[in-house]
Amino acid sequence: MTARGFGWRYAGRRAWAVRDLDLTIGAGERVLLLGASGAGKSTVLAAFAGLLADDSGERAGTVSVGGRDPREARAEVGMLFQDPQTSLVLERSGDDVAFGLENHGVPTAEIWSRVDSALAEVGFPYPRERPTHALSGGEQQRLALAGALVMRPGLLLLDEPTANLDPLGADLVRTLLKGLTGQTMVLVEHRVAEAVPLVDRVIVISPDGVLADGDPERVFAAHGADLAAQGVWVPGATGGAPRRAMRPRGDTLLRADGVGFRHRGSTVPVPYGIDLEIAEGEVLAVRGPNGAGKSTLALLLGGLLRPTHGDVTATAALAGGDARTPPWRWRAATLAGHIGSVFQSPEHQFVTSRVRDEIALGGVPAETVDDLLTRLRLERLAEANPWTLSGGEARRLSVATALARAPGLLVLDEPTFGQDRRTWWELIELTARLRDDGRGIVVVTHDGDLVDVLADRELHL
Amino acid sequence: MSEREACGALARRNAVAKVGAGILLSLLLLVAVDPVTPLVALVLELLVVPFAGVGYGLLLRRSWPLLVGAVSVFVITVLFGAPSGSPVAALGPFEITSDALVAGLGFAVRLLALALPGILAFATTGATELADALIQQVRVPARFAIGALAAFRLVPLLMAEWRTLTLARRARGIDAGANPFARLRLFAGTAFALLVGAIRRGTRLAVAMEARGFDAGVPRTVARPVSFTLADALVVAGAVAIVAVSMLVSVGTGTFAPLW
Repeated sequence: MTARGFGWRYAGRRAWAVRDLDLTIGAGERVLLLGASGAGKSTVLAAFAGLLADDSGERAGTVSVGGRDPREARAEVGMLFQDPQTSLVLERSGDDVAFGLENHGVPTAEIWSRVDSALAEVGFPYPRERPTHALSGGEQQRLALAGALVMRPGLLLLDEPTANLDPLGADLVRTLLKGLTGQTMVLVEHRVAEAVPLVDRVIVISPDGVLADGDPERVFAAHGADLAAQGVWVPGATGGAPRRAMRPRGDTLLRADGVGFRHRGSTVPVPYGIDLEIAEGEVLAVRGPNGAGKSTLALLLGGLLRPTHGDVTATAALAGGDARTPPWRWRAATLAGHIGSVFQSPEHQFVTSRVRDEIALGGVPAETVDDLLTRLRLERLAEANPWTLSGGEARRLSVATALARAPGLLVLDEPTFGQDRRTWWELIELTARLRDDGRGIVVVTHDGDLVDVLADRELHL
Repeated sequence: MSEREACGALARRNAVAKVGAGILLSLLLLVAVDPVTPLVALVLELLVVPFAGVGYGLLLRRSWPLLVGAVSVFVITVLFGAPSGSPVAALGPFEITSDALVAGLGFAVRLLALALPGILAFATTGATELADALIQQVRVPARFAIGALAAFRLVPLLMAEWRTLTLARRARGIDAGANPFARLRLFAGTAFALLVGAIRRGTRLAVAMEARGFDAGVPRTVARPVSFTLADALVVAGAVAIVAVSMLVSVGTGTFAPLW
């Protein structure tokens, strides 16, 4: 596959997503495509997959796969996306794998034997009738990979295939990718350390073309520091000392006694029987595999769900007179003043059309808004629409909105998810400062580095 | 209908035959406005239920809203229907007449007889089977049928998204309390956020489908060939037979009344 002076500008954007890109990848190579966020990695993958429609932007130069236009070579290119939930098409696992074969006109007689061998290749542990919605994230991604492999593609394009998975699911997919032979593979991955063992070449790109190219060791030796400064996760340590609490924990803020939650239509409560206390000036990390109820626990502690088992109670140290009733009974405005919740997807919490209004919501004084804009490096974006922010900016804004009403307790759900190295450190520093200001902080996370660097205590579900 | 709940004789039949038979049965029953035709049809339909591989329990679970509807229709007609015929009883200010009782019963039975075939058809048909049969027998374009099927899969995701958005608003300090206008505004805001999210998801799904050659431009093949067999034709014939028998009985008893 080659790119010659390739460039792409999305319709309605002034800047090129990528331009002047020249690269050649030979058959059988396994390449990690790196770059800071916004470097155009996904655009390059989409170009090689033939997914950039001419009416959706402006093109410069050429890309080709096996000497052909990628749009004509689509049957030979398999692609795996970040979110398996929006890449699976049909209800039953086997039917989904067969989807690509049907589209490319493979004779019916051949379809099911090819489906079965693709399912075997990814070690799919269920019969083909298994409903796709009954699979875990890692299993769904394995199934999606079977759907790509079933076409016997010469080229496999992987766009952050493990980003949405828990560590167990991510391991499963990586093991599988490592075992694949015969395909050319181009991988975009955020957490580089885990991806390097899968590849034999690293290409670093920026919106202005290729920055570095070569075998992983040499690239990281020559450009590691540069890349790290730009926010790229390079192999090795997180690059900083742990941030420990500056003073002992203070009064208890919130208490959970035997808390559990049974979802509607389900028979078992998940989580169940949780006892914990969270105090001023400490960070409690909650970990556990997907489906263990971590996010539900965050909602319960955040006063957003009424527990079906046990009690969540606030102390007078957190809520004064309001502590007489449990947080889930409080009016929303009262709740936001005592407990700040930051959801996994920042967009879920945006309700206005300006960054400044978003922080000022509910009568927050202008000085506080300005102060938060400055502290979270959002001044320049004060007039922007929250929906147009990048991942890192949106995350900083969602933290700012939770801090605006000065709650004593913060509940953060996967705050570092998908963040580049720079934003990651900013979030760590910010959380450490909030702890030193005496706030209690609950962090629900898969991020082991965050736990190592920041957490005072850990709860494993 | 996302998942087929029944497995039995009818579950194995062609989806288009089942849905077609259901529609045919309902349409033909519309012709008769007397109470006897739908009553006989309903009895015959209920007799067919076990052969369809649908238990009465499952049927009841599926059709309880319909039963509530039928009872309401009956009660309303009896209480508020035109007062004619001989009085049977008095309920406070309401006088219940024999004509109103017959009319109410007629409406209720008609509603049940019309809806039951549809419920049976969809209880025994999966969405995938219906899409397959529509593509292969009715020649519905795959682009439309498979597209609808894929979109259908996003519904539970959007329901979960709605819950998250609602909680996220509470976390931001926004609730409506008892004020109906604030409620409406909150609902509109949440719905807009859901729409934006749905468009993003839909776009991602469309790209993923394109990457798997959904618009490859070569004639599509099918992984699950669906045939229309004699047994499927019998399902349709059975529907016609039920209507025919019902009408013969009502004509024979002299109660048949056509729509015109």
